[in-house]
Amino acid sequence: MQVLIDNLDLFILGFRNTVVMFVISAVLSLALGIVIGVLRISPSSAMRAVGTVYVNVVRNTPLALLMMFFALGYPKLGLPALDYLTLAISALVLYTASYVAEVFRSGINSIDKGQTEAARAIGLNFTQVLGEVLVPQAFRNVVPPLMSVFIALLKNTTVASGFSVMQAGAIAANMSERGENLLVTLLWVALFFLILVLALAALQRRFERKWARA
Amino acid sequence: MSYASQGLFDALGPRGKRRSQIAGALTVLLVLAVLGFIVYQLAVSGQFSAQKWQIFTFPMVQQEILRTTVSTLSAFAGGAVLSLLLGVVLLLGRLSKRRAVSATFAWVTEIFRGVPLLILMMLMYYGLPVLGAEFITPYLAVVLSLMIYNGAVFAEIFRAGLDSLPKGQREAGEAIGLRDHQILAIILAPQAIRNMLPTIISQLVVALKDTALGFMVTYPELLYLAKFYGTQIQYGSPIIPSAIVMGSIYVVLCLILSFVAVRVEKWSSRAGNRTQMKEVAGID
Repeated sequence: MQVLIDNLDLFILGFRNTVVMFVISAVLSLALGIVIGVLRISPSSAMRAVGTVYVNVVRNTPLALLMMFFALGYPKLGLPALDYLTLAISALVLYTASYVAEVFRSGINSIDKGQTEAARAIGLNFTQVLGEVLVPQAFRNVVPPLMSVFIALLKNTTVASGFSVMQAGAIAANMSERGENLLVTLLWVALFFLILVLALAALQRRFERKWARA
Repeated sequence: MSYASQGLFDALGPRGKRRSQIAGALTVLLVLAVLGFIVYQLAVSGQFSAQKWQIFTFPMVQQEILRTTVSTLSAFAGGAVLSLLLGVVLLLGRLSKRRAVSATFAWVTEIFRGVPLLILMMLMYYGLPVLGAEFITPYLAVVLSLMIYNGAVFAEIFRAGLDSLPKGQREAGEAIGLRDHQILAIILAPQAIRNMLPTIISQLVVALKDTALGFMVTYPELLYLAKFYGTQIQYGSPIIPSAIVMGSIYVVLCLILSFVAVRVEKWSSRAGNRTQMKEVAGID
């Protein structure tokens, strides 16, 4: 407890940045993921190919590698300088978007074919079928797995510790400079992550129950 | 076009075809423009210069890369085997008839799954020595944390696999007087494993990707080496070239494993048909 109280500033800063990274990355990867998900089911075969290649390549790339390209590679390109936080968030967004796209696609595919056929029969076009018939229904199938993706995202923010971003995963490194007990520090960090993850998981279960009844 | 048969859109007419071709061409152009810009920037900033790639022409360096690939794979192999074992143990605990045992294992699984893998690795490598466990090497830290995290995930996958089987399977086992562990081993597990195999392999791809976090606990895997070569000043700090080299190895390894997952998925759905046929034949 003493370790926590003595270094409360570091813990608060770390977890605040983690939450900030999480929220920004979640919103942006949701947007990008939906775009890629739509590409993957679009009528144009070229668009589908682009979406498929993106998902397959990014899902088979370690996040740490992606971050290495952004955090260590980008500054060497001679482009406008960005801070490490922005670069780490960019890597997280690209990475998470591929998972969001897959969740979105399987959500759409899970809707009964008859729904699409009925919508097509009354003359709706692709955008209308998607926007007015499929997405509203797919929404409840999509939210629980989407929450799983976001839980993974929350945990993945720690990978940024390797690339000079001050967040919860980097608390321990700063604590060792202060000469604190690393075991106790890391256990506290783990505990706080556990609380955040379990809170998200509880939210997920609530959504699931709510829509299971409907 | 097979996708049209999914019913999201009708087979396209002449105008629709033209429109979709234009949209497709625009998307491809946009992607090519972004990629082209990146390659251009790489070229302009001299990332393709001979000096920055020279280091990878040395046999010593190439051998080192090979050795490092092997150590990445050995961390993966150790983590994979141990996590599958832990997954079985956690599952068996979870299935226990004693409420206290089953609840405890459920909580342990939740906790193992809820802590970020990187924090687990740091706990192993920087935390355990505080308790006097001086024997923890980077390799052990990587393998043990992969075991803990993926073991918990596997336990959940296994449970979902068992739950997905029809209830009649267990009841039939009970009816002919099998004991619980016999029902599990003879009836449920063989069917569940076939269903779960694609999911298990996808999770193994995740484990393979996660070995990349080993560089945070100084385990000499591919990213560690990429960072090491990338900071060699006499070769122009080739961080981008070395990230490209090591990264391609990682991506190729993961793609191979993912490809296996897809093949197995096809195989297991085919094998499903075969078993059904055998069952029908067995009635005679």
